[in-house]
Amino acid sequence: MAYSEKVIDHYENPRNVGAMDKDATDVGTGMVGAPACGDVMKLQIKVGADGIIEDAKFKTYGCGSAIASSSLLTEWVKGKSLEEVKAIKNTDIADELELPPVKVHCSVLAEDAIKAAVADFQSKQ
Amino acid sequence: MSTIITPIYMDYSATTPTDQRVADKMAQYLTVDTAFGNPASSSHTFGWDADDAVKQARQDVADLINADSREIVWTSGATESDNLAIKGAAHFNTRKGKHIITMKTEHKAVLDTCRQLEREGFEVTYLDPKDDGLLDIHVLKDAIRDDTTVVSIMHVNNEIGVIQDIAAIGELCRENKIVFHVDAAQSAGKVPIDLSELKVDLMSFSAHKIYGPKGIGALYVRRKPRIRIEAQMHGGGHERGMRSGTLATHQIVGMGEAFKIAKEEMATENDRLLMMRNHLYDGFKDMEEVYVNGDLEQRIAGNLNISFNYVEGESLMMSLKGIAVSSGSACTSASLEPSYVLRALGRNDELAHSSLRFTIGRFTTMEEVDYAIAQTRDAVEKLRDLSPLWDMFKDGIDLSTVEWAAH
Ligand SMILES: Cc1ncc(COP(=O)(O)O)c(C=O)c1O
Repeated sequence: MAYSEKVIDHYENPRNVGAMDKDATDVGTGMVGAPACGDVMKLQIKVGADGIIEDAKFKTYGCGSAIASSSLLTEWVKGKSLEEVKAIKNTDIADELELPPVKVHCSVLAEDAIKAAVADFQSKQ
Repeated sequence: MSTIITPIYMDYSATTPTDQRVADKMAQYLTVDTAFGNPASSSHTFGWDADDAVKQARQDVADLINADSREIVWTSGATESDNLAIKGAAHFNTRKGKHIITMKTEHKAVLDTCRQLEREGFEVTYLDPKDDGLLDIHVLKDAIRDDTTVVSIMHVNNEIGVIQDIAAIGELCRENKIVFHVDAAQSAGKVPIDLSELKVDLMSFSAHKIYGPKGIGALYVRRKPRIRIEAQMHGGGHERGMRSGTLATHQIVGMGEAFKIAKEEMATENDRLLMMRNHLYDGFKDMEEVYVNGDLEQRIAGNLNISFNYVEGESLMMSLKGIAVSSGSACTSASLEPSYVLRALGRNDELAHSSLRFTIGRFTTMEEVDYAIAQTRDAVEKLRDLSPLWDMFKDGIDLSTVEWAAH
C-alpha cells in the first residue's frame, strides 16, 4: 500500500498524543472501533468555559491511516466550537490525507470519535 | 560498522530470489546460441539437447524427494499442481465417492480448489488444527467416511511454518484406500522428504520458494501403487497426458538446479537458519505480551510468526520501513479480514491483527537479524505508546469484558 506524504508525516510525527482525565467535567472522551476489527480510536477534548475546545489528545490502535486520521483531527478541533467540530465530515479528513478507498473507514472512525467525545462532554454538563 | 543495505528481505516464504547458479544455468536454454529447442522435437539435435536437459532436471527434482523421475509432472507452479492433484483425483474417483477432506489452514490454492469442487457437487470437510497449528490425527480419523476419496493436507504451512506429520496421515489414508495429496511448496528443500517411505500419492512443488524461478512447479504422481488423475489441461499429450503444453526448458532446468542445490546444502543451511531464527526470537523474548503463533518445535528453521499484542500489524510494518516482512493483519489483505490461518488456531482477532511473519533464508545475515530486532523493538514501543489498548492493559482492564462500539 502506498501512503500519501501527509499520512506518513502524521504517522511519523503524530500530533497531540496523550490522555486527559476522563472523569473531569471539562473533558469529553470518545472511544470507537473494536480490537477485533483492527482499529480503536480514543479522542479527548478539553472544553473551556467559552465553549471553545482548548486542547485535544488521542491514542489510536490501528493502521497508519487510522493513526493519521486521528492525529489530523486533534489539530483541526483545537480552537473550534463544539458546533463547528460536529460539522467535520469524514470526507474532509479523507480528502486532506488522500486516503485510498479501502482506507476511508479510518476517516469514518475519526468522525465517529469526535462526535462521541462531544456527546460525552455534553452529557456531563 | 554497519554493513546493512536496506531494505532487508525477510519474506522468504512469499518467494525467494533465484540463486545466481540457477539463473546462469537457465540462460543456457534460451537464446539462439544455446539449447533453445523444443524438448518434444524428436527429429533434430535442438530438440534432443533440450530433452536431455529436461531429463536431467526431472532426475534432480526426483532425487531431492527420493522418487522416480517418471513420477514428476511439470506444471506452472504449486497452484496448478494443487488444482491438478485435487480436481484430478476427485474427478477420477467419483464412482467411489465425492467426499474430500482438507484443513482450514491450507493455502488458498487448495481451499479454493475445494470450493470449486463443492460447486460441482462434491462435499468437503475442512478440519480445524489444534492451537499449535498441527493436525490431530484422531480428528482426521473421525472425519473419514466410506465415500472419502481424497485427503489434502499441506506439509509445511506458509504462514506459521509448522510441519504436519504426513507419515502418520499417509498410513491412515493408505489403510482406508484414500488418495493422499500433500502441498509441499513450503517444505521441499527445508524438510527431508523420502517418498519411498512416505505413503503420499500426490505432492505439489514450486521452484520459486527454494531459489528457483517463478512460474514453474511439479506434481509428483505415484506409480506404485499407481495413482490416476484426470488431466485439467488438454492438448499435445505432454507429461503422459496429465499436463499438455510445450515444456518450458529454461524454467524446468532452473527448477532442477534449484532442487539439486537444495539437496546438497539443506542440512548446513538449516543449521544456519535455525541459529538465526532462534537469535531473532531471543531478541523479543523479554518483551511483554509477545506470542509465537504455531508450534515452535515442529516448525521449519526459517520461520518466526509472532504477535505483538496491542499493536496493529500494518502500522508496525509501516514503521519497519527497512525490512520486508508480512503480517496477518486485515489491513494488509485485500479482503480486510485478519489471517484465516491464525484464526483457525483459535487466536483472537487482536492477536491476528498484531502478527508479523519473519521468514529468513539463504541470503540472510546475522547483522540483518540484529537490525530487524532493534527496528522491531523500537517500532513496537513507539506504537504501544500510541495505543489505547496498551494503556487499558496496563490499567489491568480485561479487554474481552469491554463493550466495543463496533463499526
Ligand atoms: C503452501 C503453498 N501452496 C501453494 C503456493 C502457490 O505456489 P505457486 O506460487 O508456485 O503457484 C504457495 C505459495 O504462495 C504456498 O505457500
